[in-house]
Amino acid sequence: MTVVTDAPKDAFRPSMLIYDTRYRSMTIQIVVLLLFMAGAAWLVDNIVKNLQTLGKDFSFAFLWYRAGYDINQTLIPYTNDSTHGRAMFVGLVNTILVSVMGCVSATIIGVFVGILRLSRNWLVGRIMTVYVETFRNVPLLLWILVALAVFTEITPAPNQFRVTEQMIAEGTEPEATMSFFDSIAITNRGTYVPAPEVSRSLGSFTILDVPISLNVLAFLVAVAIAVFGYRAIKAHASRVQEATGVRPVTWWKSLLMLLVPPVGLLVAMGFHLSYPELAGFNFKGGINVSNALMSLWLALTLYTAAFIAEIVRAGIMAISKGQTEAAFALGLRPGRTMNLIILPQALRVIIPPLISQYLNLMKNSSLAIAVSYMDLRGTLGGITLNQTGRELECILLMMLIYLALSLLISSAMNVYNNAVKLKER
Amino acid sequence: MKKSAFLGTLAATTVLAGFASAATLDDVKARGELICGVNTGLVGFAAPDANGNWQGFDVAVCKAVAAAVLGDASKVKYVPTTGETRFTALASGEIDLLSRNTTWTFSRDTDLKFTFVGVNYYDGQGFMVRKDLGVSSAKELDGATVCIQTGTTTELNLADFFKVNNMTYQPVPINTNAEGEQQYLAGACDAYTTDASGLAATRAVFADPENHIILPEIISKEPLGPLVRHGDDQWADIVRWTLNALIAAEEYGVTSANVEELSKGTNNPEINRMLGTEGDLGTMIGLDKDWAKRAIAATGNYGEVFAASIGESTPIGLARGLNAQWTQGGLLYTPPFR
Repeated sequence: MTVVTDAPKDAFRPSMLIYDTRYRSMTIQIVVLLLFMAGAAWLVDNIVKNLQTLGKDFSFAFLWYRAGYDINQTLIPYTNDSTHGRAMFVGLVNTILVSVMGCVSATIIGVFVGILRLSRNWLVGRIMTVYVETFRNVPLLLWILVALAVFTEITPAPNQFRVTEQMIAEGTEPEATMSFFDSIAITNRGTYVPAPEVSRSLGSFTILDVPISLNVLAFLVAVAIAVFGYRAIKAHASRVQEATGVRPVTWWKSLLMLLVPPVGLLVAMGFHLSYPELAGFNFKGGINVSNALMSLWLALTLYTAAFIAEIVRAGIMAISKGQTEAAFALGLRPGRTMNLIILPQALRVIIPPLISQYLNLMKNSSLAIAVSYMDLRGTLGGITLNQTGRELECILLMMLIYLALSLLISSAMNVYNNAVKLKER
Repeated sequence: MKKSAFLGTLAATTVLAGFASAATLDDVKARGELICGVNTGLVGFAAPDANGNWQGFDVAVCKAVAAAVLGDASKVKYVPTTGETRFTALASGEIDLLSRNTTWTFSRDTDLKFTFVGVNYYDGQGFMVRKDLGVSSAKELDGATVCIQTGTTTELNLADFFKVNNMTYQPVPINTNAEGEQQYLAGACDAYTTDASGLAATRAVFADPENHIILPEIISKEPLGPLVRHGDDQWADIVRWTLNALIAAEEYGVTSANVEELSKGTNNPEINRMLGTEGDLGTMIGLDKDWAKRAIAATGNYGEVFAASIGESTPIGLARGLNAQWTQGGLLYTPPFR
């Protein structure tokens, strides 16, 4: 074997770009980059020329035009006099709402199912296996449609709740009644639940045309104070315990600290619930959770939970059995072992694939179009696109927004991952 | 991966758009087939019959154009389009002609770069409700849940109507007429709104049409007609005058039964010019002189098409109303064949 000890000192020749391994990879990369840029330029040029041929321009001015259509679920104020841009934000908020709801519930169910699938109870383990395999292996779209069909077909119509004079005279009951002490009405158009209301409101202020309720802010502050106080009491108890060896009794102090600020605030503001009532064609009052949202949420949750369950199971199985045995040897019960020993270590394995499940759930929420849930795809990519005829602009904007949302979720989850991952020093 | 898929889609779109600028008449002749965009299924206007053959009022326009251009009314490929996909399909060149109860509006004609060649049905938007709802006027629909097809003019009219009358409603957006029918029958909405003709056609296929009423209010003008892309005036002329020929044929009493006989010559020069016995109108639009005769023979005149697909003797049972000839007090009035 010969080793070249003195590097060749001869001058650079162009042929070295191909034959010299020091430069070859550079050459290849530059050529590929040039080809890629040429390809991209050709495509962009093609778009521009064809748009010109079709006589279409490329403009986002339509976002400031009057939308003219109505949306059935608006979390920020919107009327048909608002702009298309506003409609886009309404859709975006709806997308975020169903994504967040879905992520939270899918995580809870997924963690439980993942742990139960490892249960030593044969029946429980098998049932969880069946759940995971059924939900994972049937397309999500079908689950969404099935959920919607269930909600619309088996629930009663609002007018079946109606009590007429004739019914009172005959002493017959209406076909359907409200559940939970007449507070929740489950109909084929949506579920009406009581809405929280206050009689002495603190008012609200607006940021970028979005009203922010001071009541909600005050309540959040009260909860924060309660939690902070609760932790201070616990920390004090621990200090006393370390100093004297006796832990003071704190349960009544903790309970008071947790309950008094929020409850006190609610009483001061005159908190009450407004119940839904049948008026005219539909229920009025309360919060209407549409069947589209319910079915989308249910299907997204159950579908993604099946994947999360597998991730959790894999994470737990990745922890060596010796850890469990060591915990048992110290006298820890199985529940405490799971919470204190296994799960904290398993999280390191679980978090990275969990991020991609959250991203999937958020992107899958665009299947909302199947049940006419007005998410970003329904407003910007649906009605706005159609009414304005700006396909390219709408689709590009929609892709950008989904991309931004995905990056936001994954960067937030990466921060969390860095916090729990194994610290190697 | 994401980027490459995106660029691939863009490339596909641009390739499709590239076809759009060619002369449509030559394309259709070379292909030997007319590609016609129709409704996904609206009985009476465009729906496949029991044998899978497309039938209906809008389909007749496709057939007449195919007969005029290709000499065979069966050489049509029907592309079902939804309210959302129809304009993209036409703009991209996927279809040669869109005949899908589409409302002629200013922005569609100008901003979307289409040419509406005429009106084959003068319509207006109405509401359908169940009889047992006890509603007799659209003004009583305050607070109702309304099923509405998205991507349509009806969506905007609905918002305007409720706003003008100071009423509120809950929209339930749907994509196709079939979905609307299903949602309405399942009770997911109190009222279904679309063009009054579409409501009649939808009601006709219900199991219990007598339990549903169409409210008297017509809240908009909806002139429905076939349309083509901007940029090919010859093709627009062909479709426009084929439609005009069907309408004029009814006015002059030319039917599918007597067109053969009348084309041997009559004492009405207008009929002679239209059917090609006199003059040479056909070559002016790039066709032969028998074009109108073939179109009328294939589908019958406007009156025959109307009676066979949506008229009073059919389950849809629409009266001629505004769609009668101008001589009968309607709005149908073709420019002269001269």
